[in-house]
Amino acid sequence: MRYRTSAASVALFVVGVALLEAAVRSGLVPSAIVAAPSQIFAAFRELQGDGQLVGPFFITLGQVFAATLAGSVSGILFGHLLARRAAFANAYLSWLGGAFSAPIVLLYPLFLVIFGRSYVTVIIMASITTFIPVAIKAYEAFAAVPRVLLAVGESFNLEPGKVFRMIELPAALPRLFIGLRLGIIYALVNVIAIEYLIDFGGLGRIVSDLYAAFNIAAMYAAIFLILILSGAFLAALDFTQRRLRSR
Amino acid sequence: MMRKAPAALRIQVITLAVALAVYELLARSHLFYSGALPPLFDIAGGVAREVVRPDFYANLGITAYEVVAGFTIATACGVTLGIVLGAQRTLGAIVAPFIDAVATSPKIIYLPVIMLVVGTGPISKVGMAVLSAIFPIVISVAAEMREISPTLIDVARTFRCSPMQMAMKIYLPALRPAIVGGMRLGLGLSVLTVLLGEIKIGDKGLGYLTIDAYNHYRIPEMYGLLLLIFTMAVVVNILIGRVASRQR
Repeated sequence: MRYRTSAASVALFVVGVALLEAAVRSGLVPSAIVAAPSQIFAAFRELQGDGQLVGPFFITLGQVFAATLAGSVSGILFGHLLARRAAFANAYLSWLGGAFSAPIVLLYPLFLVIFGRSYVTVIIMASITTFIPVAIKAYEAFAAVPRVLLAVGESFNLEPGKVFRMIELPAALPRLFIGLRLGIIYALVNVIAIEYLIDFGGLGRIVSDLYAAFNIAAMYAAIFLILILSGAFLAALDFTQRRLRSR
Repeated sequence: MMRKAPAALRIQVITLAVALAVYELLARSHLFYSGALPPLFDIAGGVAREVVRPDFYANLGITAYEVVAGFTIATACGVTLGIVLGAQRTLGAIVAPFIDAVATSPKIIYLPVIMLVVGTGPISKVGMAVLSAIFPIVISVAAEMREISPTLIDVARTFRCSPMQMAMKIYLPALRPAIVGGMRLGLGLSVLTVLLGEIKIGDKGLGYLTIDAYNHYRIPEMYGLLLLIFTMAVVVNILIGRVASRQR
């Protein structure tokens, strides 16, 4: 059944592409608004040949990696602090919950003024949006570590660093991964959005530049590439999560 | 509402005081480019100057119109689509990959496509609001639709209910928590994408006022507007959260 629906999805996509191609070629849909799939594919190959895709692709990927690393490390450490200090948890969890749904990306003009139009602005903003869900899930993960495991570590006189590395982190990993998954998705979405907004960086900047140049087919090619990248990230994260669960 | 423990309240107050003090020190330290970090008093002045401007409320009204119009359309379309995709499981499974792909992508990149279709006016921001809000509603409603008790549906069929009667008497009451939950997410996203659309390309609205202040280097006013926008967005989110929790 699963393969049948997958095959039907692929068939729907092919039919949709064919109908769009026919609609644009016949003039039913203006080509100045929607490019024909064949034109999008040709533009994609042209962009790739000019090197306008590979470089920006890796710039975006690099920024996502940097933001995820910074946000995740700080989020895990802060979540651990909240799990071990109840007073801090009572104080900061409600703020974190509020910040989770707050439109942080709206503050980008503020970061532009302070850090300028640079990779620093993109990475710092994306790091903040990664930090929040990772910190919340890290708190839940470390708070759920069974006390008996920590007691075993204490009985062996383990240093706090070893307790964290050898007991707490492995025990918290399944729940921690949920936060990391959210963090990576937020990092990807926010990096591309901020690149588009400030006309700087990788794939997001490409979309803005191509629209400004009225290169419609190439713009759609860049948007499609971003869609594929988002889908690939999600699929990779789902696969990793299923592998972690099966262990 | 539970009262916070005294220790937690003390930590919050101290954290806020330290953050404001560090900001004020940095603002007055000349470590940053002149005007990049205005002192708190200047920001307060910026807020005051913006709220007394005659065009502030007109622009606020335009942003509110764009959010409400887009969100209303998204809710109507999202609930309908969610019911259809939830009731027709095979269709839902076939279309799911496309919905998931677009739902997880940054919606702001579709602004150029929307502008090509409807231009750069307020309608493009309404379109952005629809695009952002519709997906959480569709996904939430479709998922809940699949969980509706088959007994309810069988009872309605024995009474030979029409599709409209099924929707009004069975589906909508059963879907209310999912609809409210999806609307909660969707409204927050509508506000965000409308403002981002106004900031990126617009000549009206609160987002436009903000980027106009940035372009003319009226930094205290820009900070003030961002503070107002952020506060309004958080308040809207809290209000929706309270409405949503009452619906459970």
